[in-house]
Amino acid sequence: MELTGAQALMRSLEMSGVEVMFGLPGGAILPVYDPVLDSSIRHVLVRHEQGAGHMAQGYAHVTGKPGVAMVTSGPAATNIVTPLCDAFMDSIPMVVVTGQVAMSAIGSDAFQECDTTGITMAVTKHNYLVTDPADIPRIVAEAFHIATTGRPGPVLIDLPKDVSNATMEWYWPDGVDLPGYRPRHEVDPAAIAEAAQLIRTAQRPVIYAGGGLLKARAAEALRELAEMCEIHVVTTLMARGVFPDRHPLCLGMPGMHGNYTAVTAMQQADLLINLGARFDDRVTGNPAHFAPGAKVIHVDIDPAEHGKVRVPDVPIAGDAKVAVEALIEALRPSDGSAAADEMADRSAWKSTVSGWQEQYPLSYDQPSGGHPLKPQYVVEQLRDHTPDDTIVVAGVGQHQMWASQFWQFDHPYTWVNSGGLGTMGFAVPAAIGAKVGRPDRTVWAIDGDGCFQMTAQELISASAENIPVKVGILNNAYLGMVRQWQELFYAERYSEVYLSADHPDYVGWAEAMGCVGIRVESAEEVVPAITKANAVNDRPVVIDFRVDTEEKVYPMVPAGGSNDDIILGPEGDADAALKGSAPS
Amino acid sequence: MSGAQGTNLSPEESAVVSLPQEPDLHIFAAIVENKFGVLARIAGLFSRRGFNIFSLAVAPTADPSYSRITIVVDVHNTDVNQIAKQLDKLVNVINISELHPSDSLERELMLARVGAADLEAVTDVISEYGGEVLDHADGEAIVSVSAHPDRLDRCERQLRPFGLHVLQRTGRIALRALDADEPAVGMTA
Repeated sequence: MELTGAQALMRSLEMSGVEVMFGLPGGAILPVYDPVLDSSIRHVLVRHEQGAGHMAQGYAHVTGKPGVAMVTSGPAATNIVTPLCDAFMDSIPMVVVTGQVAMSAIGSDAFQECDTTGITMAVTKHNYLVTDPADIPRIVAEAFHIATTGRPGPVLIDLPKDVSNATMEWYWPDGVDLPGYRPRHEVDPAAIAEAAQLIRTAQRPVIYAGGGLLKARAAEALRELAEMCEIHVVTTLMARGVFPDRHPLCLGMPGMHGNYTAVTAMQQADLLINLGARFDDRVTGNPAHFAPGAKVIHVDIDPAEHGKVRVPDVPIAGDAKVAVEALIEALRPSDGSAAADEMADRSAWKSTVSGWQEQYPLSYDQPSGGHPLKPQYVVEQLRDHTPDDTIVVAGVGQHQMWASQFWQFDHPYTWVNSGGLGTMGFAVPAAIGAKVGRPDRTVWAIDGDGCFQMTAQELISASAENIPVKVGILNNAYLGMVRQWQELFYAERYSEVYLSADHPDYVGWAEAMGCVGIRVESAEEVVPAITKANAVNDRPVVIDFRVDTEEKVYPMVPAGGSNDDIILGPEGDADAALKGSAPS
Repeated sequence: MSGAQGTNLSPEESAVVSLPQEPDLHIFAAIVENKFGVLARIAGLFSRRGFNIFSLAVAPTADPSYSRITIVVDVHNTDVNQIAKQLDKLVNVINISELHPSDSLERELMLARVGAADLEAVTDVISEYGGEVLDHADGEAIVSVSAHPDRLDRCERQLRPFGLHVLQRTGRIALRALDADEPAVGMTA
């Protein structure tokens, strides 16, 4: 059967199991948009190519399936570089197809030409420039294989227009042949045995649960390991939900804005069991002072993470689920007795940890009378007045930290955010992608006013395509996290951070985009507004929550500082500048 | 230019001036798919991870669908294992191994245009290193030497007094010696 390259691409995407793609057409990708009309794949038309990328990411986050985006050449390709980099940093499986000028025009600075494979080389797991339509099925099959196996990541396929227009004899490959790509899945039994022995003898062990556990679909295995060994679990920003917040062994989020117990338990641990996390600087603070007395077991499917930041005592390269299940097997007593009975006595440690939990809970103070409205109060009310399995999507900044801190995540794949790259504007498009992936779930974006302004136009896509996401803007009229740093580290010299609560008129803007718009100015209005928003199912809803401008995110470990120097609240502000090094 | 040159420091003072440290060179041999863009991927990886390439030589293997790359890296501020593991993550890199100088054979080729007013003296130096004079005219000669890179360094120093007008070295290539143990393989993405 003879197909054009364009038809072969769509056919290959169908063969790869793609159900939804996000995109925006243009000159060089035009040939491929014609067979889109005949395809079984749903195409969501975006308003900006960055939105297509983040939607694909949101879709991938909640479904575990690769997100797919398709855009044209030149500026469309450069617009999708940010989502590619975001997906690369957070190991999100994604396949992006870009149009390219004709092969004969490549290198001539043709209209809408850019060196897409060159530009994206550093932010993709792999990329391809297709030069022959006969290669399309093979390349698409390889792209999905690479994106979804090993450490997941984004793969880009750059497709010149003449290759799309040329014809090929259709085939679908039996498998892929990538001699240089051998993702490791199985784990070394000797390393497992060594790790198990460390776990048995540790007196102050902490499981440092990372996003790799979610990628490996290992939430149940993690729970079994933690319960069997009675070991506390911290869940990183990328792993919120992998272990239920309500579980008695859950310590919540560690790191720069982690809670005191999570931060301090890691700091004082004698064993860190890192399962699919990467010792990110937002978790470790100054790595030289991080968990100084801890031995480290480090499970990662990417061996390059071993020793990149912290040299592990026991590196375990392989799939996190396979590794956790192997650890469970190694630690389970053969005589049916309780595994924890065979381990070191940890009663003193457990009482120390619960003492911290009692003494240093996350806190804020919502003044009676409702003014000023505290952002944490909004997050708590959203949490308490939405279904238990609501998917929460955040942008980047203060609102992201409050959402992570004050939501209660009891299910995996209910939290979507930009962790590594920290992409402002992530929430609205990622929430739309998440809702497309899980139409059965309520999807709330908790966004900041600065973030919202970066990508809000995608709500037009959501209205047009009937994707009823809900957006709560914690509108504090500032680039709040930057303001917080200027307050603490730049002597309250506020430089270029004021946005205004009123411009834009968020309610008017929401309505102009086909959404329901609601404004909330005091604590009393919060729950009624949430109830009203939850009742809307035929269009997106935007709530403009006017929150306290001055509220800051606590606790806080100043960047470059030691996690021992955690600041719990405003009373510690005076020390902040002394505790960090150069802010970054 | 090194930190202490051109200053009037006592020996004691000189001792505390930090001189540029000697490079700590390690040799990696990588078999890669012979496709366009592969070299850019490797160069880009070195650049964005802050690894420092000292020299790089690349050419197709006996099987033209693959190329062999010899990369000499200054690992002064870098963990050698990180370099190998990051390189191995590239989809087009089939395998990578570190070659230890003690059990490897290394060679490098040098072409140089040197002052040859005394052609006989130049020829004497070149002969000592097993090289040859390829061309001479108007008081200049083009010479060719293939040798271990350390020997080339010495040859280069001996040629300098004649006037080293153009110098081109290829960067080293290396193979594991026949009686050397195979390295532990297992660095995969």
